[in-house]
Amino acid sequence: MKNINVNVDHLTRVEGHGNIVVNVKEGKIEECKWEVVEAPRFFEAFVRGRSYLEIAHITSRICGICSIGHTLCSLQATEAALGVKISEQTRLLRRILIQGENLQSHVLHSYFLAAPDFVGAPSVFPLVQTHPEVVVRALRMKKLANDLCDVFGGRTVHPITPTVNGFTKLPEIKDIKEIRRRLVAAGPDLEATLALFQTLKIPDFQRETEYISLKSKEEYALYEGVIASTDAGTTPVANYRNWTNEYLVPQSTAKYTKHVRDSYMVGALARFNNNHDQLPARARKAAEELGLKAPCYNPFLNTVAQVVEAVHAVDESIRLIDELLDKGLQEEDRRILLKAGRGVGSVDVPRGILFHDYTYDKNGICVEANCIIPTNQNHANIQKDMEALLPQVLDRPQEEIRLSLEMLVRAYDPCISCSTHLLKVEFI
Amino acid sequence: MKPKIAFFDFASCEGCQLQVVNLEAEMLDVIGAVDIVQFREAMAEKSDDYAIAFVEGSITREKDIPRLKKIREQAAILVALGACATIGGVNCLKNFQPLDDVRKYVYGDKSDWYETFPARPINAVVPVDYSIHGCPIHKAEFVRVVKSLLLGKKPEIPTYPVCVECKRVGNVCVFELGLTCLGPVTRAGCGAWCPTYRDNCAGCRGLVPDPNTNAEKEVLKKYGLTVEQAISQFRIFLGYSEVAK
Repeated sequence: MKNINVNVDHLTRVEGHGNIVVNVKEGKIEECKWEVVEAPRFFEAFVRGRSYLEIAHITSRICGICSIGHTLCSLQATEAALGVKISEQTRLLRRILIQGENLQSHVLHSYFLAAPDFVGAPSVFPLVQTHPEVVVRALRMKKLANDLCDVFGGRTVHPITPTVNGFTKLPEIKDIKEIRRRLVAAGPDLEATLALFQTLKIPDFQRETEYISLKSKEEYALYEGVIASTDAGTTPVANYRNWTNEYLVPQSTAKYTKHVRDSYMVGALARFNNNHDQLPARARKAAEELGLKAPCYNPFLNTVAQVVEAVHAVDESIRLIDELLDKGLQEEDRRILLKAGRGVGSVDVPRGILFHDYTYDKNGICVEANCIIPTNQNHANIQKDMEALLPQVLDRPQEEIRLSLEMLVRAYDPCISCSTHLLKVEFI
Repeated sequence: MKPKIAFFDFASCEGCQLQVVNLEAEMLDVIGAVDIVQFREAMAEKSDDYAIAFVEGSITREKDIPRLKKIREQAAILVALGACATIGGVNCLKNFQPLDDVRKYVYGDKSDWYETFPARPINAVVPVDYSIHGCPIHKAEFVRVVKSLLLGKKPEIPTYPVCVECKRVGNVCVFELGLTCLGPVTRAGCGAWCPTYRDNCAGCRGLVPDPNTNAEKEVLKKYGLTVEQAISQFRIFLGYSEVAK
């Protein structure tokens, strides 16, 4: 019987600091643990006392990668609290922005963070020499997504223009048309991406869990909707606390959550499982080509679901831009009346469903805040998956076991800064 | 031989490292000119043999200190990357509340599990050679600093205020839009990023070396705003600085 020690101290190619600790003595698993060691940052405490106009700018800084999602979710919560009903134009612009972020984040994760494992490379950098066309394609797609976000949000990382009840500055029509042209021209890159991901051998591992995402009557939900679960139907976002049930564990500076079972999963795969029938033709065809079928219980396929969503992001951006160009853009009056109140916002960001919840006093000063981050909601599910996966790979060499566990965690695309910050594997 | 560079982060959103990844076209040139030996956000391999360290994030707990000191010992050149590292950034907002209350608010009766102390910039713990300011950093400035370092030159960082850049690009002054702007005393170099999109400058690049606070006061008075409003603005990124206290 063998002994195995895996100690991945600060897992790499993930956003933030997390560890994987595995200890097997004479074939018996003594420890199998996912730890979050990110420095806590206390946003919910320190936004108290700040004005309603500043909150989205501050909470955007929870995470650089999902800063657009945090900004939009924060604005939704503030608007709900203050009783502000946004215009159709603002809603349209925000839905384009969230597609841009989804595309940017999914290209980054699938190509730069996940794919190197499948070709035995430690990072994307050596691929510049061995697979230059792949790297250049990934950079081109990422740049398209970032440029889209720059046009609509002023900046990709910590957007400038989205504000309470609108935008500080509207995008220029000529810039929108140029982005549209490039989105249309991205067809061959998407085809090549599908071809690439069809060749990657995804580990065969199944563990059914509860899948939670937003759901909308109108479209494959990202920007708004109700909370949907594969186990429990739907509920309004204001009811989020009863569905997330945050709790603390000693090995983590991030909070954990659970709903019907001991854990649940959020992110691209959860969205796909809940909303796949709302995907338009090209994204649906992409899922077929990649062998992704709902319901899917293999967490490694989260990366594949991201590729499907990347295709969808391009098509959906074009559709929404056409609607925008058709209606035309106009400056709007953003003034609002302040009142005391509480509001909840929810956006399904690249890594899963996100909640912001604020209470304001009558002067628009924040007095209470709560944020529940996608990666936090995945921590318990990552732990349960690790516990299920480890016995299945125990007969392999230690390095292979380590890689399997790392790939599993990476498939979740964890964003540990968000969840406070998270990733490293320790085999002790 | 290509210089070996490494990236590290402490309490932050990692958005400044993301800006480096977001260089896209220029990224291939940078990769060609340097040898990146450690970049946890982007690569699995790592080496502790590096000459230039880019450090993102604020120092917020005791155990960060030995880690940062080790980086300082190894690196011939240490560059602070972004507002959290250069001036403390948003993390320092918590310093204005009793830290026990802050911990209890977020972690309740388990708050003892979560170590924290007043957030501070990197240079409050170790000497910093150069700073790339901003929240987030500006991609072009990062490339400029890397080029200077590769040429063995001292990177030039503007010492004039954001107002200069704002006028250069022909923006309408955001005070005219009714906002409280810190552009008159904030270090330029971002191209007046936020005012160009009709938002106020929140001072994320820190103060100019010799801020003309009288000019800021006069502008505030002219638009019927108070010094308290400006100081409140400053706290978002610059809370660590005495100026904001």
